[in-house]
Amino acid sequence: MTVEELHELADRERERQAGVRHRVLYCSAAGCVSCGSHATRDAFKAAFTRRGLTESEVVGTGCMGLCGQGPLVKIHDDGVLYERVDAGLAHRIVDEHLVEGRPVAEHQLDAASPFFASQVKIVLENCGRIDATRIEEYIAVGGYEALARAVAELKPQEVVEEVRKSGLRGRGGAGYPTGLKWDIARKAPAEQKYVICNADEGDPGAFMDRSVLEGDPHRVLEGMAIAGYAIGASQGYIYVRAEYPLAIERLKLAIRQAERHGVLGSRIFESGFHFRIDLRIGAGAFVCGEETALIRSIQGRRGRPQPRPPYPSERGLFGAPTVINNVETLANIAPILRHGSAWFAALGTPRSPGTKVFALAGKIRRTGLIEVPMGIPLRRIIFEIGGGTPEGTEFKAAQTGGPSGGCIPAEHLDLPVDYEALATVGSIMGSGGLIVMDSTSNMVDVARFFMEFSRDESCGKCAPCRVGTVHMHDLLRKIARGRATADDVALLEELCETVKETSLCGLGQSAPNPVLSTLRFFRAEYDALLGPVEVFTPSNPLARGRGPGGS
Amino acid sequence: MAILTLTIDDQPVSGTETETLLEVARQHGIEIPTLCHLDGLTDVGACRLCLVEIEGASRLQPACTTRLQEGMVVRTNTERLQRYRRTIVEMLASEGNHHCAVCVSNNHCELQDLAYTVGLQYVRVPYLYPAKTLDATHKDFVIDRDRCILCSRCVRVCHEVEGAHTWDIAGRGIGCEIISDLKQPWGQSTTCTSCGKCVLVCPTGALFEKGATVAEMEKRTEFLRYIVNARQRREWNPDLLHEE
Amino acid sequence: MITLAVEGGPVAVPRDATTTHPSGDNRFKLLDRAINTHHASGSALIEVMHAAQGIFGYLEDDLLIYIARALKRPLSQVYGVATFYNFFRLKPAGRHTFVLCTGTACYVKGADRIQRAIEHRCGVAFGETTPDGAVSLVAARCVGSCGLAPVAVLDETVAARLTEDEAVARIDAWDAATEGVGA
Ligand SMILES: Cc1cc2nc3c(=O)[nH]c(=O)nc-3n(C[C@H](O)[C@H](O)[C@H](O)COP(=O)(O)O)c2cc1C
Ligand code: SF4
Ligand code: FES
Ligand code: FES
Repeated sequence: MTVEELHELADRERERQAGVRHRVLYCSAAGCVSCGSHATRDAFKAAFTRRGLTESEVVGTGCMGLCGQGPLVKIHDDGVLYERVDAGLAHRIVDEHLVEGRPVAEHQLDAASPFFASQVKIVLENCGRIDATRIEEYIAVGGYEALARAVAELKPQEVVEEVRKSGLRGRGGAGYPTGLKWDIARKAPAEQKYVICNADEGDPGAFMDRSVLEGDPHRVLEGMAIAGYAIGASQGYIYVRAEYPLAIERLKLAIRQAERHGVLGSRIFESGFHFRIDLRIGAGAFVCGEETALIRSIQGRRGRPQPRPPYPSERGLFGAPTVINNVETLANIAPILRHGSAWFAALGTPRSPGTKVFALAGKIRRTGLIEVPMGIPLRRIIFEIGGGTPEGTEFKAAQTGGPSGGCIPAEHLDLPVDYEALATVGSIMGSGGLIVMDSTSNMVDVARFFMEFSRDESCGKCAPCRVGTVHMHDLLRKIARGRATADDVALLEELCETVKETSLCGLGQSAPNPVLSTLRFFRAEYDALLGPVEVFTPSNPLARGRGPGGS
Repeated sequence: MAILTLTIDDQPVSGTETETLLEVARQHGIEIPTLCHLDGLTDVGACRLCLVEIEGASRLQPACTTRLQEGMVVRTNTERLQRYRRTIVEMLASEGNHHCAVCVSNNHCELQDLAYTVGLQYVRVPYLYPAKTLDATHKDFVIDRDRCILCSRCVRVCHEVEGAHTWDIAGRGIGCEIISDLKQPWGQSTTCTSCGKCVLVCPTGALFEKGATVAEMEKRTEFLRYIVNARQRREWNPDLLHEE
Repeated sequence: MITLAVEGGPVAVPRDATTTHPSGDNRFKLLDRAINTHHASGSALIEVMHAAQGIFGYLEDDLLIYIARALKRPLSQVYGVATFYNFFRLKPAGRHTFVLCTGTACYVKGADRIQRAIEHRCGVAFGETTPDGAVSLVAARCVGSCGLAPVAVLDETVAARLTEDEAVARIDAWDAATEGVGA
């Protein structure tokens, strides 16, 4: 297709939508579906038929944010948002709001409340706004404009430069500057290069990437195609976890539509640029989120990490230069090209520009998906947006970064959310899981929980992580059961240091973080569980000519 | 190829960019402990014993997979590295069921030697006493997984040098184990050529010849360099054999 | 079991499967199709295993040998891959599947208590199937509905804000509907 055809398509779709009498958007993401949003949809359809409102439509969208209050419904005509919409309420909304013009006040959500007002939406701008199964709706809100412009007007080098100037940093956890990564891959001399979208979203308790893939898949495809153009790749892969069947289905559909409309495939926008995207489905291994392991997995192998250097941008998939980016990183690319790098760089903080999507969960009143500017203090996220902890309990810690991150106590809640600030308190930004713990949470057991996760997910390649996570977990369990002494805690700390410093990949290197951060801020909880020091009889099984236990 | 100069443990050394820190250090008589490395096999950087400090690098790097760079300043034996190495050997010792006194490789074991090199006095972590299996179904050899430290040398020699790929690693994390074919008894393997290379390269007594008794199993690994060099340099061109 | 939407599976037997596969089992024709989609490339091993598991339910030795031959991969490597990933099953699954989320949000909201109650009820641990083949207990890492924690997926229906009693009651209901569950 040509750029003109893209614009025509956008106009046609906008006209079509303007001609619809009532447009009701319901959330069809996992959270609301499990609260019964399909029944809600059917009720709206039935109510339209009952009232003879034939030219009205009910549209399934991506996550609307307040997952704990689903099913959520938005009336497109006037922007009114409703919570807990069951079938009965659907009929009432049609009768009272759409027909008689009186919104159902008790279920209406206040758009001026801090939950909505404190958010800035870039990555999630279309989530809850468009039908993810129709490319036309994405195009109608400006979709594929950025790709068209890049291909028609910019040199690959200029695209890289624009991304570099925006200051965008990788949202997969480590925060590596995306422009730099692309530049290395662009300069690497090779016939074949690849772009990989990391949609493995391994952090248990996080669902940001999933929401983007389900609610706005074309945004990710567009970002990948732009990356492909910038570095000179003609093939992309999306590595998505098997636990996300809906995201897989939406991506497949989106790729087919994009190919049919000529925004993916050969001669994109009538240029010499070709780009294909294929899906690769994970098979349940957290370590495959690590880039070198992910690459091995795409090649059909055990997901065992490789030493870096060489970095994937020099030698990655099938030995070729490969850019591997997180879903959210790629979702930022099209807006950066559309609005310019200066616009993006002005958002957030100078070191960490832009926004970050967080999945709020745990002991917090409003659970769900939010997008906030970088630099916002944690306190505002938890208390203003999230509404604080439930009645009768007190905030104790916020956990970011999942099994690789740490627990941030109340005294550090005024820290701004950016990569460096979170690192100063021993946590990491991570991919965006934010779990709140209250006074009922036992921090030693929290550390044990994460260590159990790392132990079970260790690939087993390198000795410190394979064996160290087992010992650290056993020690934590011993402490939690009140059977440990101060010596055990000292040993635990030493193991933490060795595993952190000597493990091969990020899994082992960061597995001790939850222990170190709880030891740092909640040491009293450990100490309260310790017993008196026992006399220890050492042994060495490797002594020449002696058996184990040194008998 | 350009010659690069760098310092290792305050000693000026030189080499080319295709060489690793480990190779150059050894050429200059600087000993760095290793376990998963074996001359002639691809390096995987798994055991982490060869980690060294490089000035300006944010992390420790394995000498076996790190290529030379001009002006590198490398330290191979600091107090910190010694401490880490000791802890890693401790972990390896606790992971298996090692009974050196009754082992065929007693006194010829790389793990045992390492325990001495790194000055391991005693093991502070509890033994894990895993339930591992012994397979004596092969006519000539035995694998005792109690003594396996998962260095993967057998897997690599079988794949890279013999070309049979009988061995691989199954499972994950602490549950990893060396398996033949579809985890069949070794004696029933349809791919094994009984060449015995895996036995020769195994650093411990996990793979040994049938009939060997305590402390009798000595391993040879020099053959590897010899075969690999001959292949790479085409010293044994098969055509030449026909011509003669 | 969380269903998978991958090329080739899960699928119904198509109309053209009237002629038999040399093995006598027509499901291999479907597998061949999945293998051909990927041009029998060794790098498609994981995709092909997904398809095979979708078609056959689990990966038994004969199936792994078939895949290894078709993709020209060493047997031990195929076995290594099959046992590395949690998703692949080498044994048949139970008639019912109870997938409990053990992600962080669910843990904070008490998934561990549900886990203990269910293990006690069924007499087997998570990761196992009851000896009578009735129920497989599967622990998942976040099913992406953290706002509704604790969450379980029972034969593909999501149960939100689950309690111990409810969880046990759901198993009892399976029990009442069929012959028996566990212990
Ligand atoms: C154990 C481990 C798990 C990881 N899991 C993920 C993941 O699930 N998603 C992701 O995007 N990045 C993950 N990463 C980070 C990736 O290795 C890589 O840095 C990232 O995909 C780069 O993309 P970005 O620059 O856009 O952040 C993980 C890293 C480690 C060490
Ligand atoms: S750190 Fe852990 S996960 Fe990473 S390579 Fe080592 S064993 Fe595997
Ligand atoms: S010898 Fe270098 S990591 Fe094992
Ligand atoms: S942690 Fe259970 S659904 Fe996310």
